[in-house]
Amino acid sequence: MSQSIIGAAKPRVDGPAKLSGQARYAADHFPANMAYAYGVFSTIAAGKIASIDVSKARQQPGVIEIFHHGNFPHLHRSPSSFASQTKVDETRLPFEDDTIYYGGQFVALVVADTFENARDAAHYVDVQYTPSEPVTSLSQALQKNGSKPSEKNQHERGNPDGAYQSAPHKIEATYTTPVETHNPMEMHATTASWNDGDLTFYEASQGVVFAKNTIAAIFGINPARIDARSPYIGSGFGSKLWIWPHAVCATAASRELGRPVQLMVPRHQMFTTTGHRPATQQKLRLATDDDGKLVSISHDSVNSTSFVNRYVETCGVCTSSLYGCDNVRVTEGTAQVNQGTPTSMRAPGAAPGLFALESAIDEMAEALNMDPLAFRKKNYTERDGSQDKPFSSIHLMEAYDRGAEKFGWSKRDPEIGSMRNGTEILGWGMAACNWDALRQSSHARVALRADGRAMVSCATQDIGTGTYTIIAQTVADITGLPLDRIDVEIGDSAYPSGPISGGSWASASALPAVQNAARKAVDQLKGFATQDGATYADASTDKLSFDNGTLSLEGGESTDYTAVLKGQRLAEAFGEAYTGGDEKKDGYSYRSFGAHFVEIGWDPGISRLRVHRVVSAIDVGQIVNEKTATNQVEGAIEMGIGMALFEATEYDHRSGMPVNNNYAEYVVPTHADSPESIDVVLLDYPDYKLNELGVRGIGEIGITGMAAAVANAVYHATGKRVRDLPIRIEDLMRT
Amino acid sequence: MRDFSYTQAGSVGAAVKAHAQGQDAAYIAGGTTLLDLAKLEVMRPGHLVDVRKTGLDQVERTSDGRLRIGTNVTNTDLAYHPLVQEHYPVLSEAILAGAATGIRNKATTGGNIMQRCRCSYFRDNVSPCNKREPGSGCSAIGGKSRAVFAVLGVSDHCIVAHPSDMCVAMAAIGGYVTVNGPQGERDIDFLDFHLLPGDTPAQEHALEPGEMITHVTLDAPLQGAGSHYLKLRDRASYQFALASAGVIVATDGNTIRDARIALGGVGTKPWRAADAEKALIGQPASEDTFARVAEIAFKGARPTESNAFKVPLGKQAIVRALTTVTGPQAS
Ligand SMILES: Cc1cc2nc3c(=O)[nH]c(=O)nc-3n(C[C@H](O)[C@H](O)[C@H](O)COP(=O)(O)OP(=O)(O)OC[C@H]3O[C@@H](n4cnc5c(N)ncnc54)[C@H](O)[C@@H]3O)c2cc1C
Repeated sequence: MSQSIIGAAKPRVDGPAKLSGQARYAADHFPANMAYAYGVFSTIAAGKIASIDVSKARQQPGVIEIFHHGNFPHLHRSPSSFASQTKVDETRLPFEDDTIYYGGQFVALVVADTFENARDAAHYVDVQYTPSEPVTSLSQALQKNGSKPSEKNQHERGNPDGAYQSAPHKIEATYTTPVETHNPMEMHATTASWNDGDLTFYEASQGVVFAKNTIAAIFGINPARIDARSPYIGSGFGSKLWIWPHAVCATAASRELGRPVQLMVPRHQMFTTTGHRPATQQKLRLATDDDGKLVSISHDSVNSTSFVNRYVETCGVCTSSLYGCDNVRVTEGTAQVNQGTPTSMRAPGAAPGLFALESAIDEMAEALNMDPLAFRKKNYTERDGSQDKPFSSIHLMEAYDRGAEKFGWSKRDPEIGSMRNGTEILGWGMAACNWDALRQSSHARVALRADGRAMVSCATQDIGTGTYTIIAQTVADITGLPLDRIDVEIGDSAYPSGPISGGSWASASALPAVQNAARKAVDQLKGFATQDGATYADASTDKLSFDNGTLSLEGGESTDYTAVLKGQRLAEAFGEAYTGGDEKKDGYSYRSFGAHFVEIGWDPGISRLRVHRVVSAIDVGQIVNEKTATNQVEGAIEMGIGMALFEATEYDHRSGMPVNNNYAEYVVPTHADSPESIDVVLLDYPDYKLNELGVRGIGEIGITGMAAAVANAVYHATGKRVRDLPIRIEDLMRT
Repeated sequence: MRDFSYTQAGSVGAAVKAHAQGQDAAYIAGGTTLLDLAKLEVMRPGHLVDVRKTGLDQVERTSDGRLRIGTNVTNTDLAYHPLVQEHYPVLSEAILAGAATGIRNKATTGGNIMQRCRCSYFRDNVSPCNKREPGSGCSAIGGKSRAVFAVLGVSDHCIVAHPSDMCVAMAAIGGYVTVNGPQGERDIDFLDFHLLPGDTPAQEHALEPGEMITHVTLDAPLQGAGSHYLKLRDRASYQFALASAGVIVATDGNTIRDARIALGGVGTKPWRAADAEKALIGQPASEDTFARVAEIAFKGARPTESNAFKVPLGKQAIVRALTTVTGPQAS
């Protein structure tokens, strides 16, 4: 085993294909005779379809068919179960009925010979509506109908209300976060082809196995007849975890018309019909004793959901365990608005939840006149109080210390507005970050081939995070083969079943299976090598070692492994492995930890707010690839800056329609908004309790706490506590 | 996007003629505004006359010291043109503060002047909008009206800001737009080219039907002046101005001898703050003076609830831009 390849900063093995345009995404496939579909999307947020007149549209050039609720084929709803891998967040099928639940809902589907003809004809479909009054925001929904408590994710221990009442120091505050839209670069897209009842479809998907099983359920066919492919994804951030209506539209149209159909969701509908992070409203109450020890925490949140399905944003997911406290309550609830159904967005629950909690922690420290870092350390715990179990591996104290050291936190002058640089007031803030360390079951197959290459396959995906690369590294680690002799095949449901790329568990789930499969392949190879008539015919396999593609006999000769295979006319030695998921019964709580330190600059003379510097120390177990791991955290920091300062999907409060549904007006950070320095400290302590590699996952934790760290820094600079994201310059201009 | 016919005109005469012959004809240059809106069906040209092969791609100094810019000069070429960088740095700064490199490489001078507004109700092709459908109403009034909406020059029929950065610098510099059409050639003062919305917000500019822009001629640079374009926005790049100021100032010692101030992101057209300029002349260059003239510039501002911050922000843009130009003695 080479120790060096695991953890090495290897460049992405899929990089050249992406840079040279050879990587083909879901809409880059053009099966022969393919037709193009384009949606007609509801322009009202609530009501009924009064009539649909397709006569004009039908006469447009190239139009093949127009579907709507009057003629769409009868399909079945997905049972939406995680266990049966059919989960969807919106169970309603497109064109089920004439009811409009949200703006941007599919009301018709035009299929034509070219994309342009389909889009053009879509404009001629005349849809008349009978609108009703939409519910256009979470606050309006709460006012009108109140919230419905969620039965799941509730937690209560001790007596949080009683402890709060009698505590000497306390704060109470309400925080809100807006709807955010994932906005991956690549549009959602489906290219579907049926052949004799077998379906192959390319889908921009973070989970090909789920995509296969969900479509099978919806079309009522055997999943074995479906091949779902997603070899490359232009990111998803959660929006591509489950099947959305467009995939059903394209697949159904293809079956009805007997020819391949492609459908790409236009950018403005990426804001409506493919999920979003819901709006949240979160009430936090914290109380401490005179020593600054937390004696009560309560976190009561509600989020917006659609009238179609219930989606719960688990804002309290970290609150129940991050700090040591005996009296804790977490509740969640939902309220219905006329928007599409929300879904997971990078660090669901934790990203908005830690904005609230970590802002409140800052407010509590302020009320106690304590340094916010010292206050957090004071309330540090190594036990998950919600489960009454120790954490499997926690190095949060070291993250605090190393982050603080790198950042220079000890030089922070706590006085508001006291730190200056030229025309700017500097603000220094920090926050903890936190995320589940989960693991799911996975299969994998590794083959050592006679041509000297290894081939590994697993039905997981690389959503741009580096999965191709770390899978190759895992095989290289066991076989000693160089990365350029390892072919990774993922993103196809035909491969051995693998995990979705979500929840930051793809690495922790797939790598153990890959590792075991590689070991089994080596074992099989050794078996071949010791068979009658083979190179080491009389040797025991225990005496054989395999390294750098070479088999060696203890104290004896070495042979290139390909010679063993070729000598017996064998194509390959292979291994297949299955590794299980979370047992959750082993007495530990599995989580990842970290801390962000942020410097912002506020220039009050021109009301300009910029993030200058970020130091993040992250404790996520074994690092498999320093480059892709650092890159995940850096990207999450950027996204966290967006969450803090820019991102919000805005809806007209009269019509309920989104108004900033494009890349120009939905503001995310640009390169120019990147802090001058981002310093990611990876603690790199393997968590062998979670799996043999000690790997947890790193995709999401970096965004958690980031918005709070920015908000806390803004408070330090300006004295303005902004509790409603995004923080806008007008919030800080108010005197 | 509807089907359209397309002519590539080889001369101004041919372009004007082709435009007159086409149905629902429109000129097209870089296409960064027009194609975007055509795909949204907001603009529905039946016939496109491409003007980019008509020549008109030179930047030249005229004998009287002005700068004549052909309509097809791209935003990138104009921003980096040596004559512009030397004599009109405020124009270079303004252009480079706009959009992003890819768009600036395609965008042209005439196209930039003619770019359409960014109002989401205009772009959605559904909401009432007096620009798109005269008489239907203005959805921005009483709707979401933060980033791209104006506080100066608004009417009860339209409140959207003119989005251009380049035009703000041109408004500060002064000059005229040369146009050619069925009735021949004429010049329009730059400040008269864009129209206030009033009760006809669909009428955005002074072009007669069929006329095309051929040149913009900038006034000779103000002698001995310094200048600055300051664009304020939420993020650092690729966002239209929340408020911007293009200023050109000449001083005698610490006294302002002459000044030009134009504003972006806050006006329904590229906004020349003439009263503020007047108040500046003869005054000492100091933050007090600048704050006073900034007040004057925003007299009569009519913000909405959500863009009220643009009034103080616009004032800040003026003060900081003037401070930057007049140097440390001002602060
Ligand atoms: C995402 C995005 C961000 C942007 N950000 C900014 C920004 O921050 N600041 C900024 O200033 N601009 C910005 N822009 C706007 C950009 O500057 C304009 O789209 C561009 O300048 C238009 O030039 P064009 O040559 O592409 O015009 P076209 O799209 O070709 O034409 C635009 C209009 O001008 C007419 N036209 C073109 N040429 C002539 C002519 N010679 N005579 C008469 N009419 C003519 C056309 O008929 C059309 O109505 C942005 C644009 C986009 C898409």
